[in-house]
Amino acid sequence: MIEFHGVSLGYSGKELLSGVSLKLMPGSFHFLTGPSGAGKTSLIKLCYGELAASDGRIELFGKDIGAMARDDIALLRRRIGVVHQDCQFLDHLTLEENLALPLHVAGLDVDAQALSEILGWVGLAAQAQSLPPSLSGGERQRAALARAVIAAPDIILADEPTGNIDWEMSLRLLRLLTELNRIGKTVLVATHDLNLIRAAKAHVAARVLRIQARNVQLAGADL
Amino acid sequence: MTLRDKIKSALALLFGRSRADRIVPPTGLMATLTGLTSGAMAFLAVFALALSLATGQLADRWAGALAQTATVRISAPAEQMQTQTQKVLDVLATTPGVQSARALGQDEVKALLEPWVGPDLPLDALPLPQLVEIVETADGIKAEGLQLRLKAEAPGAILDDHTRWRRPLIAAAERIRLLGLLSLLLIGGATAAMITLATQAALAANGQVIRTLRLIGARDAYIARAFVRRFTQRTLIGASAGTAVGVIAVVLLPAPTDEGGFLSGLGFAGLQWLWPLAIPVMAALVALVSTRMAAFRTLRSVR
Repeated sequence: MIEFHGVSLGYSGKELLSGVSLKLMPGSFHFLTGPSGAGKTSLIKLCYGELAASDGRIELFGKDIGAMARDDIALLRRRIGVVHQDCQFLDHLTLEENLALPLHVAGLDVDAQALSEILGWVGLAAQAQSLPPSLSGGERQRAALARAVIAAPDIILADEPTGNIDWEMSLRLLRLLTELNRIGKTVLVATHDLNLIRAAKAHVAARVLRIQARNVQLAGADL
Repeated sequence: MTLRDKIKSALALLFGRSRADRIVPPTGLMATLTGLTSGAMAFLAVFALALSLATGQLADRWAGALAQTATVRISAPAEQMQTQTQKVLDVLATTPGVQSARALGQDEVKALLEPWVGPDLPLDALPLPQLVEIVETADGIKAEGLQLRLKAEAPGAILDDHTRWRRPLIAAAERIRLLGLLSLLLIGGATAAMITLATQAALAANGQVIRTLRLIGARDAYIARAFVRRFTQRTLIGASAGTAVGVIAVVLLPAPTDEGGFLSGLGFAGLQWLWPLAIPVMAALVALVSTRMAAFRTLRSVR
């Protein structure tokens, strides 16, 4: 589903990632960990083409993303749900409208019933008409997750989704992610929170990728 | 895509309902300024158009009115005047290209001079020249040959085919018409530049919106459409209002009179009143093209 073949990424004259090769199979659940500044966010961005590899090849759904036209990348992104650490919303639209955006963009009809169901799933039914700036950090993270899955993507990429929220809310978000994985979604979560990874392992067969020395390694039982 | 489909698509962009409408936050001041500036530009364009059309008409009128006429002026001692006038008329009667020729009466000569010297001057006491008016056929006269024949028959006769007067007048009118057209081009260019700047400013201010939309899979055309639609609509509304005010101002200009000359003739005549309708359409087209180009240029910098 996502394949890196000897991928390197240069940034401001220095190499952040060097010769990274990895393969995420459909329906898998992976954590991506490593110290701050190791390149977790950059690797996530490489996955959906916001950053371009300086060397190597990245394949998404079997297609070389580096050789794709802008419009084709846009079409591919409709099959990926991204949850950013800073939860990017359109602040002038209500939460409900923000959630419906991926459907509008893809030219799909918006099912009001499905929309309210997904808002209920992330516990934000009461905030449907709120503007994003009025939401708390936890609410924004859950809203971002709801928007990421509204168009039924095949892959969920989450970058530090629990970075700004308390432990209880983190577990709640984790449960939502594991539920998605159970229904067949491929999930990749970048986090530096080892406790979250340990908690997840009780619910899902998650594998852990660690960025070390500019490369990605499969971490084992040391967690 | 056929031309019909393209027109349909452009009309849908302007007047149809678009889902993409709401994705761009209200651009308030920028959109208002676009409307106001388009209105001012359209107002100026109406006058540039009126100037261009009026001078064009003027040049045609001068060319047409003076091209088919000529005058023979006879300055001779009083006792020879009658003889020389008759000889001139005889020559003209046998000259190819002359449709008719007649000697103006003293009263007609006086009437011609009155605007310049006033009614009280005793013109009878002055040695006025005799004027002979020639109306030419469509082929016209050969001025040089006629002048030689007149000199031989009536030494005091001088042919004036009006070329000396007509050329600089027509040249001046043509230049003013050219300036009017140049002004229209400059107004179009300035409108395009202004809308491009406003679009770029709006796009720069909405960088976060654009990044978010790209993130969720929006194509460039989807994002650009929202900006193009907003700025094209504002331009169309502003230019329509500016054109309407400009046309009203032209209507209120003094009616053309002989005394008023060229300036009081500034305006439109007959079907020319339809020309200003093209101004808002052209402004909207300029806005559509410039906004689209600016939007795609900016979007290319966002992955």
